[in-house]
Amino acid sequence: MISLWIITAVALVVSLAADRRKTQAAVLKGLKMFVGVIPMLLGVLAAVSLVLAAVTPQMLERLLSGAGLFPFLSALGVGGIALIPGFIAYPLAALLRQNGASVPVLAAFITSLMMVGVLTLPLEARYFGWRAALLRNGLAFCGAVIVAVGMAWVLR
Amino acid sequence: MSGTVVRKMRKAVGKGWPWFLFAMVVILWAYSLPHADFAFGKKAGENLASFLVEMASVLPPMFLLVGLFEVWVPGKVIERYAGLRSGMRAVPWMILLATLQAGPLYVAFPVAIGLWRKGCAPRNVFIYLGAFSAMKIPMLTFEVAFLGWRFSLARTLISIPVFIILAIMVERLLPADFRPPALEEPSDGADA
Repeated sequence: MISLWIITAVALVVSLAADRRKTQAAVLKGLKMFVGVIPMLLGVLAAVSLVLAAVTPQMLERLLSGAGLFPFLSALGVGGIALIPGFIAYPLAALLRQNGASVPVLAAFITSLMMVGVLTLPLEARYFGWRAALLRNGLAFCGAVIVAVGMAWVLR
Repeated sequence: MSGTVVRKMRKAVGKGWPWFLFAMVVILWAYSLPHADFAFGKKAGENLASFLVEMASVLPPMFLLVGLFEVWVPGKVIERYAGLRSGMRAVPWMILLATLQAGPLYVAFPVAIGLWRKGCAPRNVFIYLGAFSAMKIPMLTFEVAFLGWRFSLARTLISIPVFIILAIMVERLLPADFRPPALEEPSDGADA
């Protein structure tokens, strides 16, 4: 995170030194885009906060452990809906593995968590339109299935 | 009668629904302050706080960089390395760009639109999004630490061809003249 701020600061200084008016235009553009997306982003984040508050790690454990198709499918579903930051998701996944979740289930969970975002769909549609957003998420969901099956095969 | 009520409510929520949800979490959280055992509100409030911190730490510099990118990087460069006729040569560039970043996927959307506006081929935009979601380096270090390098390596190697093929499929399935709505938005500069 800090490196991102440093890179941005350096880029801004270099840009300022090269051309003040262009830099001004760039900052204005960035700010405009940022301010424009804030209302929707707050709503999406609030919705995600509510959903995450309702889902406890114990519930996930019950859903995702065990054998058969059900944990696999719920891993895909939960991962696709939830928006869990990596620094929470990976410790959670390690915990799930300790408690009996299998490798393909974890792979399905992690992959669909990262590639599919049902709750962030309104946000994605704002940028790409509903058609492209739904298409990307639908295909990403299939991709998560393929990756999980591949993982099961490779890490037998 | 009930029809008008519904219509009125819908209108009130309408574009304001993000704020409505936001307010709901804040209210739930505030409710939990005097009632120490109202765990749901507390949890939701904590989640929202952590999301806001994440957003505040990544988004402002990201948007500034996108702004600088739009002003400084000539469309010709993007077109040459990631344009419609760049073929598979664009893939490593897209992956490199994506892996160096951090943060949730919604951070990548404005960058993706910026690339698109500069003449990046749709498939390469979606390859960028795929790489961003599957193989950011900061996330990989986390993954290796918690799930082991075998898991991480296998997942990454399997993901690469999958998200490339998916990106090509997304491009094919969209109409040829498809343009994302955000492209038309802040068109205040004649320099695009």
